[in-house]
Amino acid sequence: MKVGVLGIGITKFGERWDQGLRELLLDAQLRALNDAKIDAKQIDTLFTGNMCGDSLSGQLHIGAMAAENLNLDKPSIRVEGACASGSLALRQGVHAITSGEARVAMVSGVEKMTDVSTEQVTTALMGAGDEELEGFNGLTFPGLYALLANAYMHKYKLKRETLAKVSVKSHFHGARNPYAQYQNEITVDTVINSPMVADPLTLFDCSPITDGAASVILVSEEIAKKAGVEVYITGSGLANDSLSLARRKSLTRIDASFVAREKAFNQAGITPKEVDFAEVHDCFSIAEILAVEGLGLAKEGEAGKLYDSKQTYFDGDMPINTSGGLKACGHPIGATGVKQAVEAVQQLRGEAKERQVKGAGIGVTHNVGGSGATVCVHVFKKVK
Amino acid sequence: MFRESPILRWRGYNDRYKLKGYKCRVCKKVYFEKKGLCPCGSIEFDEIELSGKGKIAAFTQIHGAPEAFESKAPYCVAVIDLAEGARIEAQVVDCKYSDLKIGTDVEAVFRKFYSSGEKGAIHYGTKFVPKF
Repeated sequence: MKVGVLGIGITKFGERWDQGLRELLLDAQLRALNDAKIDAKQIDTLFTGNMCGDSLSGQLHIGAMAAENLNLDKPSIRVEGACASGSLALRQGVHAITSGEARVAMVSGVEKMTDVSTEQVTTALMGAGDEELEGFNGLTFPGLYALLANAYMHKYKLKRETLAKVSVKSHFHGARNPYAQYQNEITVDTVINSPMVADPLTLFDCSPITDGAASVILVSEEIAKKAGVEVYITGSGLANDSLSLARRKSLTRIDASFVAREKAFNQAGITPKEVDFAEVHDCFSIAEILAVEGLGLAKEGEAGKLYDSKQTYFDGDMPINTSGGLKACGHPIGATGVKQAVEAVQQLRGEAKERQVKGAGIGVTHNVGGSGATVCVHVFKKVK
Repeated sequence: MFRESPILRWRGYNDRYKLKGYKCRVCKKVYFEKKGLCPCGSIEFDEIELSGKGKIAAFTQIHGAPEAFESKAPYCVAVIDLAEGARIEAQVVDCKYSDLKIGTDVEAVFRKFYSSGEKGAIHYGTKFVPKF
């Protein structure tokens, strides 16, 4: 499978009090069109990832909004899969191209989160878990991942300091990404001494509340070749599991990550050893540890070693989250999966400047919905 | 989403008030609350009594709470392996958080959860207390 990425666009992530849901989406769409050097009228179909338009802005029907923004009457659909909404939209775009239904597809993701209180956001995000088995008991998303951290740290003796190094690395990269919400470096002490959110996870183990949007333009191989496109999507894998942690086989691994990775890597014909960098779902520090193991980039129980030896920095052996990840770049829920694609393309084009992974040829994106109920993996390849 | 609907909560009262479990008629696996097909493919379950005895499989203390639980923070939530084999996620109360460990024995108690606003219904359910 080969689907070309003709254009990418991303807004500044952060507390964007100057822009609403629609303006953020439009901003990313226009940037992607500008990068692709095409007119909006050339778009055959649109997919937009969004989770909380309803609960946080009172706005549904985001598909129609995405088309209206560009004055189009083309098929346009909102895709929702909690925090994986963006990558699910990307996968729909990939399928629209590979099926022949479309030659040019615009895939976007958007979330507007800072207009309401933290408690309202916490409540809305719990919609991604099992409302009856988890939400009703007072569980939160940090709480769910704290349960996974508790079980993992107990089984594999992962040190608190090692877990903190995940966020330290993310901020190091965020400081080198002009689109990131947080562009400041931090230390292990910053993480450990920040306010407790859900034991053992402190504020700096958690991704922030973020406004932002991202957009990519996918094209058929035929169009891509004519346009001299360098970066292609060569694999897409999606897997699901139970909404609740109680129904999972294990509390120390995200099973759906392993399944989605296998599907995507098999389609792309690659092994974990060939991956030059990965953008993974680090909604919490422990989530990144689990993601790295799910992608086969470390053995189960051993991902911590990559962080102790600093191999996950952009110039290390296994660069992870060069965008700053969800932690430092920010986590506008529906936009995250598309933002990961934007970062992968920037890296493969060689446009990542201060955080550029040298000689990057294959990049992987990994996007999780809920506490592991949905996992979507994509493989990006530079074609010379 | 946390919808303030007494009826939505009322449907779950049988399970929550009486701690009912569901045993697959084919593979005999036990669940708390019915959720679609059993991994063995069966959709036939028998309602069973759960003893309420279990062990902590993982636990945390939540400081940043959702709207309905703000006044209770910090509070402990655990994944609990019940004696009958079902797994449940529930609050652990009446204890010092620092005394809890993975493997701590716990027992079910009937408790108030929260009320749906000033004029809404009060919701009850199952929480657990440690048995040291």
